[in-house]
This record gives sequence, C-alpha cells and structure tokens, in this order.
Amino acid sequence: MATPCWRTAGSLEGSLGKPDAISESLVWATPYILGGLAVSLAFKAGLFNIGAEGQIAVGALTAVFVGYAVVLPWPLHLLAAVAAGVLGGAAWGFIPGALKARTGAHEVITTIMLNYVAIQVTSWLLSGPMKDPSPLVVVAQTPKVPESAWLPVLVEPYRLHAGFLLALLAAVAVWLLLTRTTVGFAIATVGANPNAARYAGISVAQTMVLTMSLAGGLAGLAGTGEVLGLNRYHTPGFSVGYGFDAIAVALLGRSHPLGLIPAALLFGALRSGATRMQFLSQIPIDVISIIQALILIFVAAPEIVRWLYRLRAPREETRPQLAAHWAEGG
Amino acid sequence: MPIEVVVGMLAIAGSRATPLVLGALSGVKSERAGVVNIAIEGTMLAGTFAGFLIGVYTGSLLLAVIGAVLVGALMALLNAVLSIRFLVDQIISGTVISILAVGVTGYCNRQLFMTGAPPGQAVLPPIRLPGLADLPVLGRILFEHKAITFAAMLLVITVHVVLFHAAWGLRLRAVGEHPLVAETVGLSVFRMRYTAVVLAGMLAGLGGAYFTLGSVPHFEPLMTNGRGFIALAAMIFGKWTPLGSWGAALLFGVAEALPVTLQIQGINVPFQLVGLLPYVLTIVVLPGLIARAHPPAAIGVPYVKR
Repeated sequence: MATPCWRTAGSLEGSLGKPDAISESLVWATPYILGGLAVSLAFKAGLFNIGAEGQIAVGALTAVFVGYAVVLPWPLHLLAAVAAGVLGGAAWGFIPGALKARTGAHEVITTIMLNYVAIQVTSWLLSGPMKDPSPLVVVAQTPKVPESAWLPVLVEPYRLHAGFLLALLAAVAVWLLLTRTTVGFAIATVGANPNAARYAGISVAQTMVLTMSLAGGLAGLAGTGEVLGLNRYHTPGFSVGYGFDAIAVALLGRSHPLGLIPAALLFGALRSGATRMQFLSQIPIDVISIIQALILIFVAAPEIVRWLYRLRAPREETRPQLAAHWAEGG
Repeated sequence: MPIEVVVGMLAIAGSRATPLVLGALSGVKSERAGVVNIAIEGTMLAGTFAGFLIGVYTGSLLLAVIGAVLVGALMALLNAVLSIRFLVDQIISGTVISILAVGVTGYCNRQLFMTGAPPGQAVLPPIRLPGLADLPVLGRILFEHKAITFAAMLLVITVHVVLFHAAWGLRLRAVGEHPLVAETVGLSVFRMRYTAVVLAGMLAGLGGAYFTLGSVPHFEPLMTNGRGFIALAAMIFGKWTPLGSWGAALLFGVAEALPVTLQIQGINVPFQLVGLLPYVLTIVVLPGLIARAHPPAAIGVPYVKR
C-alpha cells in the first residue's frame, strides 16, 4: 500500500516540526532511555530483565508516595522523592537478582511474575489506601504532589522536564560504570562467561544481585520522572507497555548505554509523532508499531540487507548473541 | 468453601489455562529444537485476531479456528526465516514478532471494526463428553469444556509422546542439544528447526483462538494481555516438558479463576490482591520446589553450516 508522502507529514511535524513537538518527543524518549538502560545493563551481565515494566511501576509508586505524603522544603523534598523512586525500583530489581543468585530461579519467570504483582498492587493501592481522599476525585489516582517535589520544567511553557537530563546523566553514568570501573568489568565478565568470572575471583552471585538492583533503580527513575515531571500524580496504567518498548530500545541500541540514546530518541519521536499523524491524516497510531518492528528487523539483520543487495559477508564478524544467554543458570 | 464452589473454580481454571497450556507447548516445541520462543505472545495475538476476523466474515467457527492456526504458522514462519535463515538473534526476532502483531492487529482492528458497533459472533459451545461428564467432581472439572480446551489436553499428551517416545522427537531434541552432531548423523538441522518453529506457531495460534472463539465474542487490542509470557513462564516452570508445563499452566489458571470465583460468591476482598497470590506463590515456591532446570544445550545459538 503506497502512502503519499504528504500523508506522513503529520508524523514529522508532530515529532520534529515545532518546539512543542520536539519537547513531546523528548518527553517520550525519557522513560525509553532509562528503561532501555535497565534492560541493557542486565543484558551486559547475561540477564534478561523483562521486569522493567514492574520496576517502573514500583518506582512511580514510591516516588509519588514520598511526593504527596511527606512535607519538606523544595530541594530536599524533590531529592527524597527521587531517591524513593530509585530505591523502589531497585528493590523490585533486587528480588529477581537475589533469587537467581541464591537459588537459580530463572529471572524471566520471576520478573514477569513481579510485573503482574506490581501492576495489581498499584491498581489496589491507587483505588484504596493511596487514593485521593477528596470527594471530587472519583477515579483511581493519588493526591497531587506539591510543587516542592516537582521535577522542574526545562523550558516554559513546554512539558519537557528535568527527568530528561537525569536520563542523559544516567546513560553517561552507566557507560562510565561499564567501561571505567572494576564493577563494570565484573558485570561484563559475568555476562561473557560466568565460569571464567568465577575463576578470576569475581563473585557471580553478588554481581548478578548488584546488576539487577542497579537496573531496577534505573527503571525506577523512569517511573519517578513520569510522576514527578509530567502528571504530578499517579494513575494506574500510565506506564503500560514501557517495559516492552524498553526492550526494543535496548535491542536497537545494541545494549550500548550511549547507543541507546538515539534509539530512544527515535522511538520517542515516532510515538509522539504518531498522535499528530493520526489526527492529521487518519493513519492509525498502530502503524508506528509496524515501523518499529521493521526498523528492528533491518538493524538486527545485516544478513537481510546483504541478501537484498547481493553483498558478500565480511570475513569475520562478531555477532553478540543475547539469546545464547537464555539457558544460563536457568 | 463448599465443595461445589471449589469444583466450579477448578472448572474455570481448566478453561482459563487453555491458552497458557497451548502457549507453553508452543515454547516446548520450539525451544527443544534450540530456538528461543519469546514470540508466543505476538503469535497468540495474531491468532486471536485472525480467529475473530474469519469468524465474523465466514460465520464458520471451524474455519475461524483453522485460520487462527494458519496465521500462527505464518507468524512463526517469519520468526523462523529471520532467526534461522538470516541469523537474527532469536530474542530480537521474537520481539519483532510481538511488536509486529500488536501493530498489525491494532491497525486492522481500527480499519475494519472501529466504525460503528463491533460485530458480534458466536463462540464455541461447551461440550459435555458423554458418560465422563457425569462423573462426580471430576466430570465438571475435566470433561465439560470448549473444544479448544479438549484439544489442548490431547495436544499435551501428543507432544509428550512425540517428543519422548518417537524417533522424530529424539531427532528434534538432538537438534536442540547438539546440532553439529545431529547434522553429522545425517539430520537436517535447518529443516528440523523450521518444522519445529512452524508447528510451535500453530500451537500458539490455536491458543490465541481461545480468546475470541472460546471465551468472549469480540476482539480488543492487546487482548492476550501478557498471557504469552505467562505461558513462557509456565514452560520454564515445567522444565521444558509438556506435562510439567501443563501443571504450571493449570496453577496459573487457578490464579485467574480465584478472583472470579470470589466475586461470584460475593466475598468482598480486594480482587487485585487475591489475583496476585499465585504469582507471589510462584516466586516463593519456585526456588525451593524446583532444582535447577536443564534447558536444551544449544538453545539461542543460530546454526551455521560449515
């Protein structure tokens, strides 16, 4: 089906056309960067973090709780709420990490289960114990977070908030961690070959627990940014699908902490552009998922491009196989 | 709880477990041949929509089920071509399938059904197996279900027998454990893997059909709602065996049936908390109950002929 080029204009205009459109793209990219980091970091240690979804949800929950229930002056309150969000996510990542390290329970099962637990607990808390007590509020949502715990908006009057800067900082921090520190070396070694790591005196168990906790913390920060930077309250279901998109971002960025920034920006632009495209040209928003899938195929499969253009394969190619870790220690 | 309530709950559990059983079997089939199957969710979703679409336009439930199975096979074929022919990382190809299924089903649903009232269609009628269904207790739990649920039970046994008591299953497992050796003794690793992945897709497609043909007569975007991943968990829980996966899937079926039952009984507890009990239970029990599972040795590694 051929689409006239003017019809796709809505997408470009919606994602890159005007300052507010750029702002929206970056707003979308923020949780993608952090979620992508959470998935990538775990990949580096040979772990499958399918649990970014749950870690984002719990991070949002703990951050918003400290946000509305605690009274503190501005910088302290924000710091406390962000710390709570990161710790909440980290705790949710620690559980599968510790279970894997101590008992060998497959992290794919435990993270999926924890996603469901997080979603259900959120749904219960927001419609019960954490619900806004105001009689005017009938839907399940928390009270508003006071301004003292807001992640500040970067450029008025747009929605882009400081969470985006935190995401960029986090990416650089993860990159430094992996390339410049012994902890990062341990993570990469465990990911490359757990047995070799063991012989080299690296504690595989400790490294796994630490990696999953850090990954959870990053995802928790993603949830924190959404509640303290965007809505300033919490409703169930706002982050549905972020964890899955995060996996796609991590794959597109080849699990490189800096490489996934452009991947997250691309997905962010696609997502924010999709809304406008649907409005302007009646192209359903779902097309974006199809485009995402095609991008992934062509990025991940140099073989296809070579086959299409009849190119010869380079003599030696190192091909990172994420899937080969599937069975390790399961 | 009175016994009828428990029996009723287990009957619901058996029904709700159907897509999980089929999804888990799909995983077993593919992964035993050495191909990671995280495409279950997407394949299922495609089957769900295909079943609905064909059911609406042809009015035939049989054609709808067959269509769902064939579309499942088609999705799996794409997965196979990507991961076996083009050596795409199997995690990536599975993710591609899942994203693609969300996009394609969402797009078609919006284009075809979003204007005006969603068309309804019939769902499969429950079948009472004569004689067996009248057994006390067991009759209602095991022998009074939709055809897809009976098919799932039969398929569990079939896959078990084929995998562990037939030459073809031995070959399949050889390809998943040590493809080079399998190739050396004259098996075609490529052909075995293609076959296994496509069969796996058919199982997942059938599982998807449960949602629109066995459960409710309409389609919603993202209707499978993570069931494919729960099925994957059931497969790992069941140590990559059909029977073990069945047991695990039934456990998750109980998880889904419990809140429904409590609601019917008018017992007032937060349904979200009851609903998550079995998931928590899995996390708590899994490490103690199950020793380290042994997945197929060559899983996740694309085979390159030398």
